Amino acid sequence: MGTNRLKGKTHFHWILKMAWRDGRASGKRLLLFIGSIVLGIAAVVSIQSFSENLKDNIALQSKALMGADYRIDSNQPPSTKVQAIIDSLGGANAKSIGFPSMAVFPKNGNTKLVGIRGVEPGYPFYGDLETNPEEAAQTYHKENTALVDATVMLQFNLKVGDSVKIGNTMFSIAGSLVSAPGSNGVSASIAPPIWIPYQSVQSTGLVQTGSRIRYEYYFLANAKQNLEELDKVVDPQLDVENADLDTHLSTGQRLGRNYANFGNFLNLVAFIALLLGCVGIASSVHIYIKEKLRSVAVLKCLGATRNQTFLIYLVQIAAMGFLGGVLGVLAGIGLQYVFPSLLQDYLPFELEIGFVPQAVIVGLVLGVLMSVLFALSPLMGTWFVSPLQVLRVQEDNRAQSLETKFLVLGAIVLFVFGFAFWLLGRWDFALYFVLGILFVFLVLGGVAAGFMRLVKRFFPTQWGFAARQSILNLFRPNNQTLVLVLAIGVGTFLISTLYFTKDVLLSRTAVEATAKTPNLVLMDVQTNEKEAAAARIKASGMEVLNNIPIITMRMHQIKDRPVRELILDTTRTVNRWILQHEFRVTYRDYLANSETTVAGTWPADNQADVIPISLSENVAKDAKVEVGDRLVFNVQGVLMETVVAHIRTVDWAQMQINFSIIFPSGILENAPQFHVLTTNAANPEASADLQRKLVKQFPTVSIIDLRQVLQVVEGILGKISWVINFMAFFSILTGIIVLIGSVRNSKYQRIKESVLLRTLGAKGNQILRISALEYLFLGLLGTVLGVLLALCCSFLLARFVFDSVFVPSWQPFVIVLPLITLLVVVIGLWNSKTVISSPPLAVLRKETT
Amino acid sequence: MSKILNVTQLGKTYASGNKTLTVLEDVSFSIDTGETFAIVGPSGSGKTTLLGLCAGLDQTDQGTVHLCGVALNELNEDERALLRNREVGFIFQNFQLLPTLTALENVAVPLELQGQKNTHGIAAELLEKVGLQDRKHHYPSQLSGGEQQRVALARAFSSTPSILFADEPTGNLDSETGQKVVELLFDLNKEAGTTLVIVTHDMELAQKTQRILKLKGGKVVTEENQKL
Repeated sequence: MGTNRLKGKTHFHWILKMAWRDGRASGKRLLLFIGSIVLGIAAVVSIQSFSENLKDNIALQSKALMGADYRIDSNQPPSTKVQAIIDSLGGANAKSIGFPSMAVFPKNGNTKLVGIRGVEPGYPFYGDLETNPEEAAQTYHKENTALVDATVMLQFNLKVGDSVKIGNTMFSIAGSLVSAPGSNGVSASIAPPIWIPYQSVQSTGLVQTGSRIRYEYYFLANAKQNLEELDKVVDPQLDVENADLDTHLSTGQRLGRNYANFGNFLNLVAFIALLLGCVGIASSVHIYIKEKLRSVAVLKCLGATRNQTFLIYLVQIAAMGFLGGVLGVLAGIGLQYVFPSLLQDYLPFELEIGFVPQAVIVGLVLGVLMSVLFALSPLMGTWFVSPLQVLRVQEDNRAQSLETKFLVLGAIVLFVFGFAFWLLGRWDFALYFVLGILFVFLVLGGVAAGFMRLVKRFFPTQWGFAARQSILNLFRPNNQTLVLVLAIGVGTFLISTLYFTKDVLLSRTAVEATAKTPNLVLMDVQTNEKEAAAARIKASGMEVLNNIPIITMRMHQIKDRPVRELILDTTRTVNRWILQHEFRVTYRDYLANSETTVAGTWPADNQADVIPISLSENVAKDAKVEVGDRLVFNVQGVLMETVVAHIRTVDWAQMQINFSIIFPSGILENAPQFHVLTTNAANPEASADLQRKLVKQFPTVSIIDLRQVLQVVEGILGKISWVINFMAFFSILTGIIVLIGSVRNSKYQRIKESVLLRTLGAKGNQILRISALEYLFLGLLGTVLGVLLALCCSFLLARFVFDSVFVPSWQPFVIVLPLITLLVVVIGLWNSKTVISSPPLAVLRKETT
Repeated sequence: MSKILNVTQLGKTYASGNKTLTVLEDVSFSIDTGETFAIVGPSGSGKTTLLGLCAGLDQTDQGTVHLCGVALNELNEDERALLRNREVGFIFQNFQLLPTLTALENVAVPLELQGQKNTHGIAAELLEKVGLQDRKHHYPSQLSGGEQQRVALARAFSSTPSILFADEPTGNLDSETGQKVVELLFDLNKEAGTTLVIVTHDMELAQKTQRILKLKGGKVVTEENQKL
């Protein structure tokens, strides 16, 4: 017989049959493998589907949110130039005037700060003005009728036909306003909307020079109009006139940005869940394939080629990956329906959840890809198994070539990078994530190897039998130290990272409510009303918590360049809003709780020629100024030269009155100013009583009842926390399943040794002690390393991704660390259970087949 | 009569730490087609290594092995696998059945690898011959040692090999079961006319073959014909 006859064909049908036969009998061992894929994919699919749905909904509803295709707005009546631009665009299709004001309800004498909006008929052109009764959306345009926010109607027990007094005019209530374009939960709680006809605004007498009024002009675009181009060309011209153009496209983008941090966290959860899934796959497949090497040798002996044996297990793993992917996609689709019901109050529109084919396809592809990639290294082992193994056990198979190992590693790194990039959309973040993960693996692998050497070198020969056996297990051939320290370490690392970052996000949004927390804010208190208002508060038995002077001013000159010149300069780097913003500035001599110094010293020396001031970090960054740079402000006609002496961070999320620019005392005391007074009302009755008295005595003062705002904010934050906790829990569950899988799989490593010891006469509790100690050492090493690495990683995430201050949570140290160690020990003992409860031969026959 | 196996000046060494361990040295012999042949020797004499080299499970360091007229050292691993599938059958001391396959599927695997049709029919007939027709859907873990070795016998003969290598076929069985397995092995072999090579330290088993090769310390001590 010649060698030319020895050409075989790979019968793919037979490979499929063998893969099925082998998988059928290995189902139980593959359960954890599939579990890891299912949970990882479910997290990715649900989060991606939800994000896509959210994005689509925002894009679809951006017109409805604005009520028009685009609008021009300004805080002052339109200048000749702005009017010319409006006319050149064919004239506005509708306009509105908006301002905050106190409304009085004569029926019961109640008062409330509301957002008045005088609107021309026709608006909104998109979306619905939902009213009750429905026809009120049209009928309110009659003279002196109004639509009042539905919550206010309920709160003050108002009915259609009741009256509301705004300024000098009494309006008849035509209906309640259920929803209107452009309002969301929080702003509506501060100043609930009241819509009145446009032509009735003048009669209120509230539109006067100095009032805070917003003029809006709404446009319908024609089919050929390019809104992006319009924004690019017209907006800079309007900027110079302190007006602004917004298209419905930019509204959608802005809205999307509101969810950026929340979205970032969900993406992190998806990334971590998938990585945990990959760790689960890698560790379970590693041991699964190791178990199969003997069968591979037998098959080779019977004449199967390397290709055939490799393909049997590759097909099997890919099929498992596909099955896991399908189950994960189904679970993920189900899960995404949970999000909207939780987030509904947070979103200013109804979120419609739909089928996202992209997420489903990605889920299925990921299932197969992650399974095959993370199984590839152990799978390559089948290629190198010698058929000679059927005759004698060889500990070392012919080593895989370094090239193969690097190829597999390269493919895995590329996969993780690609996935991170797909999730985060930024290659630099994706690169840092991959480098971070590689670093974690290197540290864990390095420490595990070092630990084995140390234990071997300083072996405690004096210890008892069980302790010595357990220590021996850590470094002798066939040890599981590296695999388990990697699995436990990476699992703990990912779980702890989620805990730390979750707490960073939640601590930012926590609302502290104490007796010293203001819940009633008096705005626009004139200097001559200040003392009397404070006296009224004290007379009601309450304390004046803050008395903050506020002076309005605009930037006039930045580093020797006039603002007017900067506005026209298209090459400027200074952010546009700085140039046209009316800053509300205060003066004080101390740093508030919400502020931290970044650079310079607090402006104390007010005797210098140039006034030293403190800027918030974001203003300094957007104005492109540093400590020592000069700024000139226009304080209601008077120019004041200042120098940046101090830059500070401000935690804007804290519910208190914060400022971008602070002057030292002794400078602005005589400038025209108004004041903000705050107090804490113990209950709603006290709050309502004080509000009534204040409005009666000071009709121009606006009062914000933060109690309601806090309730809304707390409600929303509560739900966001719930979603964050829920998703984190989901990932943590994946982590625990992965850990159970990894440690459970190690059972097959130890079973023969334990049975041998049992045969030689070892008692049940000796076997248990050996196992418990071995898993305790491995568990402790893995979890301690994991938590410490997570601490470093979370600090970097907080600083660079979430832009927050990192305050480490104690939970990973007190809960995660001992619990995971305990979990590892318990599973380790559970692994030995069959060994001590059955005769040695029965165990060997059952577990090794 | 043609030679089915021709071994010439065969040598094999293994690295053991810094030392080189010579397991086989200058071994030469040949086996005729249809002959029964035993390789005997004490533990560590190199019998199993010799079997591995003759069956193409391992590569030679020195000398040549011609199996079914093919020089094994000229074949790569996959070509040797194909040769084994077409020409060689195996019986191992520890049975080496695939644990995730039933008895029937285990017997059918070599036929399936050859791409034959009606593999399950042939496998079922063979299982009937070894008396396991009622156990064909059982997994190896559900069979006794003797039953497992009988499945292994059926599998070895399923692809009608030209030569059959048996490594201590009774080593894991009690004497009574071992006796029955040996009888079955020789009956099936006689029926199929296959060349049989048995590696054993059991002289009683070796004496059932036509020729015996004695190994000691990796070298051929004697080669003698039996009067059967």
